Amino acid sequence: MSLKIGNVWVFAEHEGGKIANVSLELISKAKELAARLGVKTEAVLLGNNIEKSAEQLFHYGCEKVYLAESPDLEPFTVLPFAHILINLAKQHRPNILLFGATMKGRELAPRVASALLAGLTADCTDLKIDDFEDKINNKFYKNKLMQIRPAFGGNIIATIVNTWQDPQMVTVRPGVMKLCEPDTGRKGQIEKIKVSIPDHLKVLKVIDRIQREKSVDLQSSQIIVAGGYGVGSKENFKLIYDLAKTIGADVGASRAAVDAGWIDHDHQVGQTGVTVRPKLYIACGISGSIQHRAGMSESGIIVAINNDPDAPIFSVAHYGIVGDLNDVIPKMIKAYKTKC
Amino acid sequence: MSFNYLVCVKQVPDTKNITGQAMKPDGTVNRAALPAIFNPEDLNALELAIQLKERYGGEITVVTMGPPSAAEVLRQSLYRGADKVALITDRAFAGADTLATSYALSCFAKNATKFDIILCGRQAIDGDTAQVGPQLAEKLELPQIAYVEEVLSLDKKKIKARRAIEGGNETVECHLPVLLTVIDANEPRPPSVKRLMKYKRARTRSEISAKRSSYTEAENIANEEKEYRKKGLWIEELTASDIKADIERIGLKGSPTKVKQIESVVLKASEMKKIEATEQGIRSLINELIKEHILG
Repeated sequence: MSLKIGNVWVFAEHEGGKIANVSLELISKAKELAARLGVKTEAVLLGNNIEKSAEQLFHYGCEKVYLAESPDLEPFTVLPFAHILINLAKQHRPNILLFGATMKGRELAPRVASALLAGLTADCTDLKIDDFEDKINNKFYKNKLMQIRPAFGGNIIATIVNTWQDPQMVTVRPGVMKLCEPDTGRKGQIEKIKVSIPDHLKVLKVIDRIQREKSVDLQSSQIIVAGGYGVGSKENFKLIYDLAKTIGADVGASRAAVDAGWIDHDHQVGQTGVTVRPKLYIACGISGSIQHRAGMSESGIIVAINNDPDAPIFSVAHYGIVGDLNDVIPKMIKAYKTKC
Repeated sequence: MSFNYLVCVKQVPDTKNITGQAMKPDGTVNRAALPAIFNPEDLNALELAIQLKERYGGEITVVTMGPPSAAEVLRQSLYRGADKVALITDRAFAGADTLATSYALSCFAKNATKFDIILCGRQAIDGDTAQVGPQLAEKLELPQIAYVEEVLSLDKKKIKARRAIEGGNETVECHLPVLLTVIDANEPRPPSVKRLMKYKRARTRSEISAKRSSYTEAENIANEEKEYRKKGLWIEELTASDIKADIERIGLKGSPTKVKQIESVVLKASEMKKIEATEQGIRSLINELIKEHILG
């Protein structure tokens, strides 16, 4: 069987022309998968007056961008976007089609998958190429995409395979794939797509939009000091901020601290917050639920401070301090300020 | 003015409250031991439908696909204000992924009254995929409004809704019919006591048959069904052929995704270095981090 397999595609998400970090992470991953399969890395970029944004995709290793520009594609609405993606995928049959598991990606990908009768796995945290033997149906599949994701509230990790025809589609959580080094000298090819959106796909109109900048972007943080329920109060979060300020870190939080109203949701790390991989993660008064660990366990160095020696956070920590954070944090600040 | 609303709901294992009893000795979760609950965001979808009915009139149908025991979420729906309920249940549906599930639900919708607004919870807590809503919309060739927080206005032609977007929200306007996926932005009402007293006796065929001993003949069950129907306490069960589903497109057969492997998340014991909570211990940690260029 020498059927040529399709390329690896990334849906390049952007807001006002600014490419989403997750899309660059996906290009980085797609390049790796494409190399393994001996195919190309390509992206689909949809919007209005966004041709310049394609450059950045090339810098990260994308070889070709399918570009569609039209006033009908700005702002994002799901039907016109799905229409173009479905047609492109039918025409070129990519082997793999990756989306960021963002709010846009998670409403767009299922619509596309449904029309293509393609399998779709949500919120993947890892992707690999491997063979799959379907023992029940006695079938063997070579070089399939292993779609690895947490399920069941994070209590299990499942590996899913799409056994129908390509594309193999997944959404991938922002922050989990490693960003490769961009090379600003890299160039690629742009293929412009003629856009004509049928009227019945323009039935949804955006009338008004309120969007604010995130108060913090933890995904690009190098050092994070995070506080949990053990911090005890909103006032006491000052301690966390003090330590962060001293060592040049951003402030993160567990869901419990956010739910308690001590800190804004933008700071939440974990399955329902952001996934981070900083150089250093200092967890203060965070017990370390599965959901929280899922969002930070890939950090370079993890320091955990907790007064409960059995707290699960210690199982992923490189350094553990059993003690009261009200006592430990001031000592850390002092030690840093008088560093040698 | 009156509208037909369809609410799609799911019975799910309560993955958020895993207690010691639900853990196997090897540290993995025993799914069977988890209590079955009404998927939380589906309750938000039902609540929104009830609010729309209160404001604009109409009739609410609630449908679920699942094993016969999923009838419980339909009773719960009746307690809260559903007018009609239906349970899609058939062994042939077992093992369905989101594509096969949305196909089955689309068969139900195509064979029922024409719905003006279909409401789904954004996602279910057992899979967290958020895929069935948009896939159902695609199968029915309907537009979708995902992540709805609130419906601002509704008339025979148009709906105006506020939905969440990354870092904010937007107001959108769309023609009917339309599918909405709803997030937890409203407070689902508790069951009404009056409705609970009435509908706690609502039953499916499976539930009635299970009560009877094996030698009782079909005729008795049919008579009982008549009684239940008369009192408005009959919960319809629908098989794959009842909703005219193509057998190749449902259940495992209709599911492109296969599970290769399941691993339980077990706490891995890492090589943790214990630091004493003393001034000296902490100073040596900070110095070590600086030496390793982790701290500047």
